[in-house]
Amino acid sequence: MTEPTRIDKDKVATSRRRFLREGSSMAGAAVIAGALGGGEALAASESSANLPPNVPEWMKTPGDPMGTQPYGTPSRFEKDVVKNIPKNLPQYLSASGRTPLQDLDGIITPNGLFYERHHGGVPTIDPAQHRLMLHGLVDKPLILTMEDIRRFPSESHIHFLECSGNPGYEKPYGKTASDLVGLLSCAEWTGVSLKVVLHEAGLQPGAKWVVAEGADAAAMTRSVPIEKCLDDALLVYSQNGERLRPQQGYPLRLLLPGFEGNMNVKWLRRLRVAAEPVYSREETSKYTDLMPDGSAREFTFYMEAKSIITRPSGGQRLIAPGFHEVSGIAWSGRGKIRRVDVSVDDGKSWHVAELQEPVLTRALTRFRLPWRWDGQPAVIQSRATDETGYVQPTLAELLAVRGENYYYHNNAIWPWRIAADGEVSNAHA
Amino acid sequence: MPMRELPIAAFAVFVLACATPAQAQSPYGIGRAATPAEIAGWNIDIDRYGNNLPPGVGSVGRGSEVFDQQCAACHGARGEGGIGEQLVGGQGTLTAANPIRTVGSYWPYAPTLFDYIRRAMPQNAPQSLSNEDVYAVSAYILYLNGLLPAEATLDARTLSAIKMPNRNMFVGDSRPDVKNPACMANC
Repeated sequence: MTEPTRIDKDKVATSRRRFLREGSSMAGAAVIAGALGGGEALAASESSANLPPNVPEWMKTPGDPMGTQPYGTPSRFEKDVVKNIPKNLPQYLSASGRTPLQDLDGIITPNGLFYERHHGGVPTIDPAQHRLMLHGLVDKPLILTMEDIRRFPSESHIHFLECSGNPGYEKPYGKTASDLVGLLSCAEWTGVSLKVVLHEAGLQPGAKWVVAEGADAAAMTRSVPIEKCLDDALLVYSQNGERLRPQQGYPLRLLLPGFEGNMNVKWLRRLRVAAEPVYSREETSKYTDLMPDGSAREFTFYMEAKSIITRPSGGQRLIAPGFHEVSGIAWSGRGKIRRVDVSVDDGKSWHVAELQEPVLTRALTRFRLPWRWDGQPAVIQSRATDETGYVQPTLAELLAVRGENYYYHNNAIWPWRIAADGEVSNAHA
Repeated sequence: MPMRELPIAAFAVFVLACATPAQAQSPYGIGRAATPAEIAGWNIDIDRYGNNLPPGVGSVGRGSEVFDQQCAACHGARGEGGIGEQLVGGQGTLTAANPIRTVGSYWPYAPTLFDYIRRAMPQNAPQSLSNEDVYAVSAYILYLNGLLPAEATLDARTLSAIKMPNRNMFVGDSRPDVKNPACMANC
């Protein structure tokens, strides 16, 4: 760890909690495998007082009264399903926390488990004192209150958000799906089209970029091409039906569907319409992709097609041979997922997986493949193709072009190794 | 909530209509005009040419003092890194196995240094340094990287004139850059 730029790299993830959670995942797998296999292995180790033919204790007394939880929280039996936050970082003001992808179903990430990445901590912003300033190459520079912003026509769309450093290209790679690609989440976002607000101010000739700035202690700044701003960009105030969480930019954030997470500026306070990008620190010294020849790609906005199997995945265990559904998520910053192929024989052959509807543009898409494990060691992996025809590459294909110093935008296929005892681990580790 | 919003919003429209008739013609007439003073207070963007750099001047010598007090605890006594990033050195490492990306080895534009230090540093008290001290500490970091002499001072003009060593190494996005043949059988 001689390279200090690694300090706030996004991929560092070691967690004692992870091992605890792996333990609970194993228990979960045991329940599933036991039920599917008709076994009662787990029951033998627990009290049978609540099992048939006995009447369970929770039926013999009233439950908690209404109002016990004014804002509901998950069952205490799910207490280990939490964000995957690295231990022992030198500092936590510029750091990230990951979504436990392997513990979730469907395509929507619960707000409390949405991944986080901040560069100057999470500010506490009074919405009554928050303002959005819109200026630069506009006819009428504007100041908007949150009440103003909520008066504009609203829209809701489901989109994923992914940090571009998710994961890096060099070892050590993580153990779980969350370690690898947990800087990824998906939500229904509600807000106003940025296009509507820009037109309210009136764009002047020469308006080619919009520089967005956050009201956090990093005053995070990124430049966005005007084409994106006039396409599907949103000024968002709600996520999954409720107001944004502070960690997600309360009271207002920019959402640029399919663009790297860092550009989706949180705690948005200012939009400056400009002829050129500002070339901020975040779009020059960071979030640029270093090539083997020493050149660096800049303004690499799109998150390309990607997928990962979340079940079974690293840290989980198949307790018995037999039926196991292979399930995972696929996404592309360039549009809809067209197809996901799954291999269960170390890439020798591939099968087209079933896609769960709805298949939405720039959103997570859940895929599934029924599978009967024969109890032999196996390597399983998924490969996404998006509507542009782009196919998710292998890590070797990416490394051959980009090398290990590229750091961002790693969308490689990620294989899981299943051992004879059912233990699932990272096949690239 | 809507009950509370309505009178305020109505009042805002009323004020708007009185104060700036031109805005009443805009599609929705929502919001109010931002004044030049308000914009000047918030617009801290410095572009790669140094546009919008404020008046003031700072020396390498003064920058050394500011750095010791405000920066060294995280970035090391001479910018070698610590809790905070390494700011100095790394020239010639960008093609190596462990490239060291610093202000001197990687940053393409010097005015970005002023922009970033002013908006985000020191991490415990951003936007607390005077413009003079931001110039000074920028000068000191450039000095540590061998890009300014020890007796140098910086202002808007001289900071904008500095040509960073890695300036010409940035290229556009040429992705998609890989092609997986998507083999289905006998792969």
